[in-house]
Amino acid sequence: MGLSLFHMLVFPGFLFLGALSLALEFADRKLYARMQNRVGPPWYQPLADMIKLASKESIIPRNADKHIFRAIPAVALAATCAAFLYIPITGAESLYPFSGDLIVVLYFLTIPTLTFFLAGWFSSSLYAELGAIRAMTQFFAYEVPLYMSLLGPALLAGTWSLSGVAAFYNAHPALTLVNLPGLFVALFATQGKLERVPFDIPDAETEIVGGTFTEYSGRYLAMFRMAVDSELAVMAALISAVFLPFFPVNPWLGLAAFLVKVLFVVFLLTLMRTALARLRIDQMVSFCWKVLAPVSLAQILIDLIVKGALHV
Amino acid sequence: MGKIVVPFGPQHPALEEPESFSLLLEGERVAAAAVALGYNHRGMEKACESKTYIQNIYLLERICGICSHAHSTCYVESVESLAGIEIPRRAAYLRSLIGELERIHSHLLFLGVAGHEIGFMTFFMYAWKDREIVMDLLEDLTGNRINYGMNTIGGVRRDISPEQCERVLKAMDQLEERTKYYQQVATEEETMLGRLAGIGVLSREDGLRLGAQGPVLRASGVARDVRRDDPYDAYSELDVRVATDTHADVYGRVVVRVLELMESYRLIREIVKNLPEGPISVKAPVKIPAGEAISRVEAPRGEDVHYTRSNGTDKPERVKVRAPTLANLAAITNMIEGGYLADVPIVIAAIDPCFSCTDRTVKLVRAESGENRTIDWQGLRQYGIDWYRKQGIDMEKIKISRKDM
Repeated sequence: MGLSLFHMLVFPGFLFLGALSLALEFADRKLYARMQNRVGPPWYQPLADMIKLASKESIIPRNADKHIFRAIPAVALAATCAAFLYIPITGAESLYPFSGDLIVVLYFLTIPTLTFFLAGWFSSSLYAELGAIRAMTQFFAYEVPLYMSLLGPALLAGTWSLSGVAAFYNAHPALTLVNLPGLFVALFATQGKLERVPFDIPDAETEIVGGTFTEYSGRYLAMFRMAVDSELAVMAALISAVFLPFFPVNPWLGLAAFLVKVLFVVFLLTLMRTALARLRIDQMVSFCWKVLAPVSLAQILIDLIVKGALHV
Repeated sequence: MGKIVVPFGPQHPALEEPESFSLLLEGERVAAAAVALGYNHRGMEKACESKTYIQNIYLLERICGICSHAHSTCYVESVESLAGIEIPRRAAYLRSLIGELERIHSHLLFLGVAGHEIGFMTFFMYAWKDREIVMDLLEDLTGNRINYGMNTIGGVRRDISPEQCERVLKAMDQLEERTKYYQQVATEEETMLGRLAGIGVLSREDGLRLGAQGPVLRASGVARDVRRDDPYDAYSELDVRVATDTHADVYGRVVVRVLELMESYRLIREIVKNLPEGPISVKAPVKIPAGEAISRVEAPRGEDVHYTRSNGTDKPERVKVRAPTLANLAAITNMIEGGYLADVPIVIAAIDPCFSCTDRTVKLVRAESGENRTIDWQGLRQYGIDWYRKQGIDMEKIKISRKDM
C-alpha cells in the first residue's frame, strides 16, 4: 500500500510528471529560442513562472460562474495526471496496466480540451467565447485523425494495451517503420491538441487576445499552464510509447530511454512550431480532413494488410 | 451563432498603437467594420506655431519613430522652397541615403510584424535581428538609431567619411543576401502563403478611388512613387525603378516591400558610388519670407505631405501634416469586410499603419450613449468653464491675456 502510494504520488507518478512537464516546457522554449537565434530562458524559468503566477492575485469576472470557473483548471490537471498513470515509463509495463489502457489514456486526454472550451464559455468574455468556439471546432478536426493514427499500430499489434503494443514491437522491431505515416499524423494532431503553432488558433494572441484563457489569472491560470505542460508530457510519452516502443529491461536504462524518446518527440513538435505559421480555422479544418484523416485511414489499411500478409 | 460586435482595439495585442476597429462578426466572418481615429492626438501642428523653424525640425521628426527622416525631410523641403534655398548636391545625396536606410529598416520591421500577426514568430525574430544591421548602421552614420537629427534647413548636419561608406556597402551585401532568403520564405513557405494570399484584396480601381498610397497602392498594380514622379533630394539624378505587383492582396504587399528592399540596396550603392564632393549645408535665414508651400516625400509607408505657411517671422503660421497612414485608412474597411476575423490583424498590419503619426483631431464620444461631436477650441473652453462652475469654481473671473484664446 505504502509503496503503491509512493509510485502514484512520487515516482513515476504525479511529482515526476510535474518535474517532467516543467523540464519539457524548458526544453521546448529553449529549443524554440535557439532555432530563432535567441538566447532563451534559464532552466528554472518554467518553475519561476509557475511560482510567480501562483502568488499573483486571481481575478474572477463578476458575470462568470465562480465555482465552475475555479473547478475547471483542476479538472484539466487531474485528467492529464490520471492519463499519465497508464503510460509506461521505466519499462514496457505502466503503473496500472490493463488491456485497453490506450483507449483510457486517449479518453482522459480529451478532457483538457473540453475544459478549455468550458473555461472560455463560462468566462463570460467575448474573446474567451470566440476562443472556446474555436477550440471546439478545432477539436472535431484533429481528434479523429489522432485516434485513428494511434489505433493503427495497436491494430497491427492486435491489442489495445500499451504494454501489449510494446511487447509486440519489441518482438518485431522492423514493423515500427510501417507506422511512420501515423507518426506524422499524430505529431500534427498533437499540435492541435496542445494548441500550438500551426494550430494555436483558440488562443491566437493577435486575433482574440488570450483566447479561452483571457479572463484567467493568478493560480487558476498557473493550474491551466501546468495542465497544458503536463498534457505535452503525456502526449509526448504516449507517442513515444506507441511509435517508438523500445524498452530496455533494466529500469534505469528504461527511464533513460524514455527521456530520450520524449525529448525527441518534443524536438519534432518544437521544430514544427518554429517552421510554420498559424493557420486560419477553415484552413486547419480542411487540412485535418483532407490530409490527416486520409493518411491515418491509409495507416490503418497498411497495418491491416501487413498483419494479413505476415500472419502475426 | 448570431451577429456580435467585437471591439478590435483601442487596446489589442495585434495593434502597436491604440486605434479602434469595431467588427460586426457573423461567425468568423466580418460583416462590417468601422474605424475610429483619434486616440493619439498629440497637438503637434499647434505646437509648431509656437516654435521656430529650426525647433520644428526636431518636433516634426518625432511624429513617427520609424519614418522620422521622411517627416523632417518633407518639412525642411517645404521651408527651403519658401526661403528659396538650393541645398548642396552632397546634402541632397546624404538625405537620400538616410531616407533609403530608413526605408530598409521600416520594411524589415514590417516583415517581422507580418510574421508576428500570422503567428510565425520565427520570421519575426529573423527579420528583426537583421534589422539590427541597418539600425547599427544608422547609429554609425547619424549618432541615433531613430530620430536621426540629420536634416537642417539648408542641408544636413553631419558628413560621412569614406570608411563609413565602406561599412554601408558591406552592410548592403549582408542585407541583400538575407532579403533573398526572406523572399524565398514568403513566396514558398506553404502556411505563410496560405495566410497571405487572397486576403485583404484591394482592387486597382478601389485603391485609386479610396486614395491608397505607397506599397498598398503599388501592390494593386499602380506604379506611383513620389521619388520618381516628383523627384526631391538626389532622386532626380538617380534611376528609381518602381516596384509593383498585381496580386492586390496582402501577399502582393509583402512582395512589393521585399522588391523595394532590393531596390533600396541598389539605390544606396548608387548613392555611395556617386556621392559628390562639396559642402553639406548652406546658410539659411532665421526669418522665412511670407508664403505657403507644399512638399511631398515618399516615406516607407507611402506619400507624406507637409504644408507650411509662413508670415515672415521666425515661426510658421501653420503647419499641416498628412501622414501616409491616413490615406490608407480609408481603404482598410474595404479590405477587412467579407474576410475572416483571423485575417484582420494581418490585413491591418499590411498597410503598415502608424496611427500616432496620423491623428490630427480628437472626437469626443459619450461612453453611455455613443453620441459624438467635434469640439472647437472655444467650445472646449466653454465646456471646461461650465464643468468647473458646476463644481463651484468660477473660471470666468480668471483673465487670460493670449489673443488666440
